[in-house]
Amino acid sequence: MSIKETVNSAKSGWMAGGGPEGDILMSSRVRVARNLKGYAFPHLLKLEKAEQVIYAVQLALENQVSKGQTDELEITRMSELSPVERQILVEKHLISPNLLAEYQKKALALRDDEVISIMINEEDHLRIQCLLPGLQLEKAWELVNQIDDTLEHTLDYAFSEDFGYLTACPTNVGTGMRASVMLHLPGLVMVDQVGAVLATISKLGFTVRGLYGEGTEALGNLFQLSNQVTMGHSEEEIINSLNSVTRQILTQERQARKALLHQRKDQLEDKVGRSYGLLKYAHMLSSEEAMRRLSDVRLGVDLQLITGPTSEQLTELMVMTRSSYLMHQRESKLNSMQLDVLRAQTISNKLNQGG
Amino acid sequence: MLCEKCHERPATVHYTEIANGHKSITHLCEVCAGQVQAGEFSFIPQINLPKILASLLSQSPSTQSFVTQTRQEASCPKCGTTESLFTQKGLLGCGDCYRHFEERLGPLMRRIHGSSSHAGKVPERTGGRAKVFKQIREMKENLKQAVAREEFEQAAQLRDEIRQLEQRLSGGENNEH
Repeated sequence: MSIKETVNSAKSGWMAGGGPEGDILMSSRVRVARNLKGYAFPHLLKLEKAEQVIYAVQLALENQVSKGQTDELEITRMSELSPVERQILVEKHLISPNLLAEYQKKALALRDDEVISIMINEEDHLRIQCLLPGLQLEKAWELVNQIDDTLEHTLDYAFSEDFGYLTACPTNVGTGMRASVMLHLPGLVMVDQVGAVLATISKLGFTVRGLYGEGTEALGNLFQLSNQVTMGHSEEEIINSLNSVTRQILTQERQARKALLHQRKDQLEDKVGRSYGLLKYAHMLSSEEAMRRLSDVRLGVDLQLITGPTSEQLTELMVMTRSSYLMHQRESKLNSMQLDVLRAQTISNKLNQGG
Repeated sequence: MLCEKCHERPATVHYTEIANGHKSITHLCEVCAGQVQAGEFSFIPQINLPKILASLLSQSPSTQSFVTQTRQEASCPKCGTTESLFTQKGLLGCGDCYRHFEERLGPLMRRIHGSSSHAGKVPERTGGRAKVFKQIREMKENLKQAVAREEFEQAAQLRDEIRQLEQRLSGGENNEH
């Protein structure tokens, strides 16, 4: 699949439902930051040097592919894509917004199934990332670790005995690793406990934020939990503690859902049913409302209050109804009203055809 | 009303900000509002990382040296990054900066991470001595556990192996570098 096809399809490897704990845990992600020895960090790189870095990574990848040591990753320079296409990659969580600025210096290497990607010349020369559905942090780390090893056969990394892997920002130095999980927590939000739970977690060296990184607001009750500290602990230790904290939250969310089912079943069914009806028949939907309603329906599906859509379809809709993706499908600029109409149509088509 | 930014398209997005009791309203068109949201300046107040890093840096015990240094500010010989440049952007310039600003960065990293020494993965091909350091660290941890479990035979064996590795490290220094 070429990058253009990637941009055209709303589905991503990480959305393939059925991952472990997939009813609450949407995806697991691990990324490591690496820099090449002898080159200034990307923000100081001249265009020509930046191209050298991209080329070095490309060669290293080809070298290893030809030896059969790694799967093929296709490199695309950001300058080859249109602004909307670049934005879609952000909405699909394949690149960070940071890769959009000074895009002439930047590139993305992507495996066919979108599970593994490497951002080149983002804040660091390499950001190797693995994104899997459900709770699979160990697996994600294993895959990232493999790619990292194969690249290191060819590339000289900036590494210090004391400080570990050197990164542009000292908040990443050491392991250079950030592990995160994306959680759907409508139960905790509804019983008004999410604040308390998340406040506790942030005391343990983890960060919580809303999905799509828009401040503290969590669109569609989606939260991202990640490690704060990258130094002084091994990768395995970090993954293990994130894993156990995540399991704690899963238990809390399940308890909240159970309590809601027990004590407020009618209200819950009403909420889910209303949202499902709205998604099916509304003529206009803002992106905020769509996310909120999709979250309700997803909860209904998880709790088997309604049948019809699968959680995978709902996740896909969450990406499909983001503005850039919709615009790309129409290949034209739309104003916000047109977008809201198109968004409602897209959702209702998907839900009314029953798949 | 025309957009306050491009002065071309009609303003359809009205953004009200109340900061310190002062209210300001910005009228933008959809295109400009989109760009603004895309990151030029964010509507949601964001914590500014460089500023935090700078404040952490200035809390370091060696603050005085920073003050005296300002006249002739030290810069990284490799990429020219200075301390004030770092505190502006929150980013170092190159790998050498770490060695160059080591004294100042050590305390900063302890503040951020609670530690200033790496305990994780070491590159396989270029890791060199760091690989052995890591091995010794792991063995010392095992040794502690063996002692706690009162498995003294195993502990003694580990102790000898650690010693061997440490000797190899001090002896091999001349060969490797």
